[in-house]
Amino acid sequence: MNFIKASVQRYQLGSLLLLVLLLAVVLPLSLDIFRLNLVGKYLTYAFVAVGLVMVWGYGGVLSLGQGVFFGIGGYAMAMFLKLEASDPITTKIQSTPGIPDFMDWNQITELPALWLPFKSLPLSLALVVLAPMALAWLVSFAMFKRRVGGVYFAIITQAVALICTVLIIGQQGYTGGVNGMTDLKTLLGWDTRTDSAKYVLYYVCVGLLVLSILLCRWVQTSKLGTLLLAMRDKEDRVRFSGYDVSNFKVFTFCLAAGLSGIGGAMFALQVGFMSPSFVGIVPSIEMVIFCAVGGRMSLVGAVYGALLVNAGKTLFSESFPDLWLFLMAALFIGVTMAFPMGLAGVWEEKIRPWWKSRRQALREAAVKPPATPAPIAPAATPPEPTLTEPTLPDGVGSQRA
Amino acid sequence: MSNTDFALAVEDLTVSFDGFKAIDDLTLYIDRNELRVIIGPNGAGKTTLLDLICGKTRASAGSIKFKNTELTRMAEHKRVRLGIGRKFQTPSIYENLSVFQNLEVSFPKGRSVFGALAFKCDDEVKAKVQAIASEIGLADRLDTEAGLLSHGQKQWLEIGMLLMQEPELLMLDEPIAGMSARERELTADLLKRICQNRAVIVIEHDMAFVKQIAHKVTVMHQGKILAEGPMEKVQADPKVIDVYLGH
Ligand SMILES: Nc1ncnc2c1ncn2[C@@H]1O[C@H](COP(=O)(O)OP(=O)(O)OP(=O)(O)O)[C@@H](O)[C@H]1O
Ligand SMILES: [Mg+2]
Repeated sequence: MNFIKASVQRYQLGSLLLLVLLLAVVLPLSLDIFRLNLVGKYLTYAFVAVGLVMVWGYGGVLSLGQGVFFGIGGYAMAMFLKLEASDPITTKIQSTPGIPDFMDWNQITELPALWLPFKSLPLSLALVVLAPMALAWLVSFAMFKRRVGGVYFAIITQAVALICTVLIIGQQGYTGGVNGMTDLKTLLGWDTRTDSAKYVLYYVCVGLLVLSILLCRWVQTSKLGTLLLAMRDKEDRVRFSGYDVSNFKVFTFCLAAGLSGIGGAMFALQVGFMSPSFVGIVPSIEMVIFCAVGGRMSLVGAVYGALLVNAGKTLFSESFPDLWLFLMAALFIGVTMAFPMGLAGVWEEKIRPWWKSRRQALREAAVKPPATPAPIAPAATPPEPTLTEPTLPDGVGSQRA
Repeated sequence: MSNTDFALAVEDLTVSFDGFKAIDDLTLYIDRNELRVIIGPNGAGKTTLLDLICGKTRASAGSIKFKNTELTRMAEHKRVRLGIGRKFQTPSIYENLSVFQNLEVSFPKGRSVFGALAFKCDDEVKAKVQAIASEIGLADRLDTEAGLLSHGQKQWLEIGMLLMQEPELLMLDEPIAGMSARERELTADLLKRICQNRAVIVIEHDMAFVKQIAHKVTVMHQGKILAEGPMEKVQADPKVIDVYLGH
């Protein structure tokens, strides 16, 4: 019992539990499958935002190219699904049946070698995680070993994002170009477009997100997490305490890339397509905004950030499509100026202390009247329920955040 | 260059910043178990010398040997792992972490990525933190956020973080800057205790303090060594009086 209590506190499981409650119970019960599928799509961005909490919040390194890793994961999944959707029978009208339609349109007559691994599901799933990590390792190893950091690193990641979009769009025959990969239908014969499949995929997405948060939480509470905080404060002190600082940055960057890849794969599965518009500079910056709004030091906050900003985006871009971009920019600037720790910071610093002081006041008010009579037993029992009850509204409030 | 019995052998060391030689053909030997104080006017190159030894700055020419291992091409963290600890001129501690965490993070285990992930703060680590904390007089402040410590306590904490690593060469850049008279006394005692079994280099301006602790004093001026020897001899040297004490 004590052990459970201790680990709940250590890993901050309370807030995670509320999030799970919201995602796995409240939302599925209150939204229709169309809306829930949208939430599922937003949650795929939350993987990236959670990764950014590690890289940016904990590691102190801002990356403006996380869309690349989301994209690579997404494409890895989409390529598998596309191959499955392009079996020789459905594509028999093509000049080369059995290859994806866009290849046929681009006069490619044989499946390119790059695509061969994506014939196998286990290999594709491995590549969803490993391919983004490999690229992240390449970029971050080259940069961090040379002690490139701060603004320069952010600019390099932007350049990587730009290069990737140009490559994807340019190599139409291999990637599907601007349109990306569309008409993804089945996963090992299982139709992913049905309502029941969407429910299953939504829950898989929630499950993976929770696991990702737990993994990050574990990293944060390890010595590595402490070292990241120490490095953000005094990098030289860490270096001259015998640590190879760059290795720790490379690790967090690769971790975030792997998580982003999972997010991308869940996107391809739930939305049914993947395109370069999720890879470039703009989506990468948007993902930083999700993280900033939610709070860059809070894993759970990042999820709320992704949900809220995207809900806002869907709401506003339906009615005022032109205004949304400005609104988003204003939101970002406003939040980072006024609440540098995002919604999670507001929650920790403002709402919780306020709630505690109110609870304190309530308790004092409640204690005073019975202080005059002397009955011991009845007076001793009431405090117990009052102790547990306030945590309930406490929790409801956090779902708002 | 031949091997020596010295803990540290610096020979013909030169570093120039855009043609300005901050360290100029400097040769210096530190014995094992020696406490050496380096003094010199502002800009003499004292901090730069420590930067070169710990690897923060790369030498333009010359050799630095620690226990007969050449250091000049070695990465910083590897020099630390060989047993070199260095305190910076301005106290450099992790302000947002507790005193305990500051010391714990400095424990020389789990220094690789996966080592750090697997690192457990076991009884050995806790005992070590406790021992060092009482050595530096912060045993009752373990849970305090380091940023809230006084300037002097921060200096002690940084020394403690180095002691966690049991360095064989300890380099302290102005360890009593900003300390009260009482804190200076405590620091002098601390230095006398910790220089057992290791070589210590202290850079200091305060003459009274130097007299109290030094085995041998080196006077630097314009990147060169001006004089070296016991405090009385150095103080009587006319060259030193000219550039430093009359300064
Ligand atoms: N990275 C650098 N680039 C250019 N010049 C430098 C650099 N580091 C040090 N210097 C110069 O080298 C000289 C020696 O500086 P250093 O900090 O070593 O002096 P110091 O003896 O420690 O002085 P103080 O007693 O003020 O701490 C100074 O003139 C300084 O301006
Ligand atoms: Mg100096």
